[in-house]
Amino acid sequence: MQAVIQATIEFVKQYWAPLVCSVAIVAILPLVAGYIVLVERKIMADMQARLGPMRVGPHGLLQPIADAVKLLIKEDIIPEEADKLVFWLAPVLSVAAALLAMAGLAIGPAFQIAKDINIGILFVVGISAMGIFGIVLGGWASNSHYSLIGALRSSAQLVSYETAAGMALVCGLLFAGSLNITSIVQAQYDQGIWFGLLAPVAFFTYLVASIAETNRAPFDLPEAESELVAGYMTEFSGFRWSLYFLAEYTNMIVVASVATTLFLGGWLRPFPRTTWLNFLDFLAPLAMIGVGVYCLVRTPKQPSRVQQIFMLAVAGLCFVVALVLVVPLVVPLFNRSLAAAVKPFHDGILGAFWFILKVSLYIYFFMWLRFTLPRYRFDQLMRLGWHFLIPLSIINVLVIGIAMIAGQYFNLTGWALLLTTVPASILALIVALFILASEQKSEPQKTSAAPDSYA
Amino acid sequence: MANDTITDPGDKPKTLLGADELVLNMGPQHPSTHGVLRVKLKLDGERVIGSECMIGYLHRGVEKIAEHRSYQQFAPYVDRMDYVAAVSNGLGYCEAIEKLLMVEAPPRARVIRTILTELQRIASHLLWLGTHALDIGALTPLFYCFREREEILKIFEKYCGARLTTHAFRIGGLQYEAYDTLEKDVERFCKAFDSRTKDYEELLTQNRIWLGRTKGIGILKAEEAIAIGATGPVLRASGVKWDLRKAMPYAAYDQYKFEIPVGTTGDTYDRYLVRMEEMRQSRLICLQAIENIPSGPIMAKVGKVLKPPPGEVYHAIEAPKGELGYYVISDGTVQPYRVRIRPPSFVNLQAFDQMARGHLVADVVAIIGTLDIVLGEVDR
Repeated sequence: MQAVIQATIEFVKQYWAPLVCSVAIVAILPLVAGYIVLVERKIMADMQARLGPMRVGPHGLLQPIADAVKLLIKEDIIPEEADKLVFWLAPVLSVAAALLAMAGLAIGPAFQIAKDINIGILFVVGISAMGIFGIVLGGWASNSHYSLIGALRSSAQLVSYETAAGMALVCGLLFAGSLNITSIVQAQYDQGIWFGLLAPVAFFTYLVASIAETNRAPFDLPEAESELVAGYMTEFSGFRWSLYFLAEYTNMIVVASVATTLFLGGWLRPFPRTTWLNFLDFLAPLAMIGVGVYCLVRTPKQPSRVQQIFMLAVAGLCFVVALVLVVPLVVPLFNRSLAAAVKPFHDGILGAFWFILKVSLYIYFFMWLRFTLPRYRFDQLMRLGWHFLIPLSIINVLVIGIAMIAGQYFNLTGWALLLTTVPASILALIVALFILASEQKSEPQKTSAAPDSYA
Repeated sequence: MANDTITDPGDKPKTLLGADELVLNMGPQHPSTHGVLRVKLKLDGERVIGSECMIGYLHRGVEKIAEHRSYQQFAPYVDRMDYVAAVSNGLGYCEAIEKLLMVEAPPRARVIRTILTELQRIASHLLWLGTHALDIGALTPLFYCFREREEILKIFEKYCGARLTTHAFRIGGLQYEAYDTLEKDVERFCKAFDSRTKDYEELLTQNRIWLGRTKGIGILKAEEAIAIGATGPVLRASGVKWDLRKAMPYAAYDQYKFEIPVGTTGDTYDRYLVRMEEMRQSRLICLQAIENIPSGPIMAKVGKVLKPPPGEVYHAIEAPKGELGYYVISDGTVQPYRVRIRPPSFVNLQAFDQMARGHLVADVVAIIGTLDIVLGEVDR
């Protein structure tokens, strides 16, 4: 007994920081996901000439909390004919996989729970792919036709697009030469260029595949609400449903973070080696101050006292955050001796800012697509995956590899590497399009016409 | 309704993998069956190998009600059939009874009727476009469409106080004189609408995904369309140039110039194009009509109690969804002996099975959307 307690204390002493971080992630992520939903609804409303949620709190700012409370106190329904154990397990599996994947990610150089796993990105991708079991099992356990079709679509979709995404990641990893997340970002710092620019086709492939993997429009077939009611989630309600929802949005953050890490320079600011662009570091506090000032200016115009106080509070919060951001920037300017002491904070805070900014932009792009495009049909989705994206990503790996060897031969590094990789990417694109065209020619679309036996 | 099994033509169908078929029940509670349509689908994987529409969930016996109401009392009931095109329903009914009474609405009333009916056609098509796009997964056009539809409903509200079930017309003409700024409102709407249609077209017409989802889906050949008696845009998209506004002009349509858009292949994309063009033509009719609204009375001389002479009449108009016919028999009393309504949605819905066979589940919702049915009208 004593030994166990001793061992526990030793464990906590050693790993207190990751433990605190993981508790923070489990506690904060649902809130973040809720607010991503709110932002999504607001952006959607803006694109659709309306206001979006306005009732709960000023400008609907408390809507996610109201939604969460509603979902938690809803009746918990398990269908009579469902496989109860699997029905219970499936959403938990889904959300556990998504949260576990977050552990491997690094939000800035300072915030990483599972520090320095040598197979970092492989761990994240592998664990997040486990989430599909939650969807398939949930669809199966519901004992409903809609759920079953949703689950089938989802598994087929994941199998098809995981291949393309994996191949796209390989391209980025070729440049990095490591699976460790810190090393990948460091490699981009050393090269002075984001890998997304060096391998644009790989980035594009990963972008499309990641939308398909997270079941977002225009690839949201597993839950296509106009066809399958809610797909695999049809029979889920209340808390179980919200777990699926949380998993979906966490997965979005995960794929956005993976793309940011590998293709968009992680927590590095744009052009990290160009010293005269150092002023970009001040962008973060300036943006926060800007938002704060805007809130302050708008305060007197708010219709009710509660809203005025709320706006003031938001403004105050912005100023506090700006202060936190600005201190590590300004202190070294006045007192050289403190520079070394402040440096970890400096890197950590600014790194987190750039990382979150890039992830947000990536997610914004997801949303933008969702409001613009109609939904693919299942066979079209499969054709796009197998006839275009997978050949494209495989060819791209080959030609990028050749381009790298050519680059080494001519001693090209950093931006100069573009000389070989850009023609290689174009070549890959042309070959893939050629394959697509030849396949379409040889195999006329069968899907539109009914097979004879059914006519 | 009576037969609860899906009938197979010919041999027992074989599935691709030799497995059993999956019977999927779609509706009556389903997000994209546009009301309470119930479709029983027999699937091989996701491919439809048979289907059956089950209707009647919104049946209210409108035709029977007519036999126990006076002619005027029944007029508001017809608004509740195709509730997204109430003005058109009212026009058809009023004109049918006028034919029975052998009176004619005065010219001013006929022009105002035409304007409102064409606005209603635009509103109905806008609703169709929004929901059809939503079924195929495009979220945004719905809200753009509702923005424009709102303008039309505002004009209706200003005219007769109601927005949806308007009861805008009376037997013999109109009850309300056109309000002062009707022409201006209609003109303003028409001016803005031209550029607004470009918004939807930018989002959809050339969109590759939209083309993939609509081209070659739910093909209805001209002979098939004629054989089942399809009318309206469903018929015209198959290449048959048939529009009652030109073929048997009513209201004031003979005074205006407009084109009848027709399709070629009769697929979902053609029906989309035809309806988009119809909206533009309706806009042109409205613009022509407001230029010259004749002055004069708005009500023909009809008695307070309507007692048409014994006889029967069939009158059909081109409603937004197709030929809307009223067959009315009078026995000389104050109540009709029989009113039979020919709803376009009901007839067009017959095409569903042959359109859906061989397509995927995702196409089924596209096909339901492209038929533009309103269950209030199908079930009556």
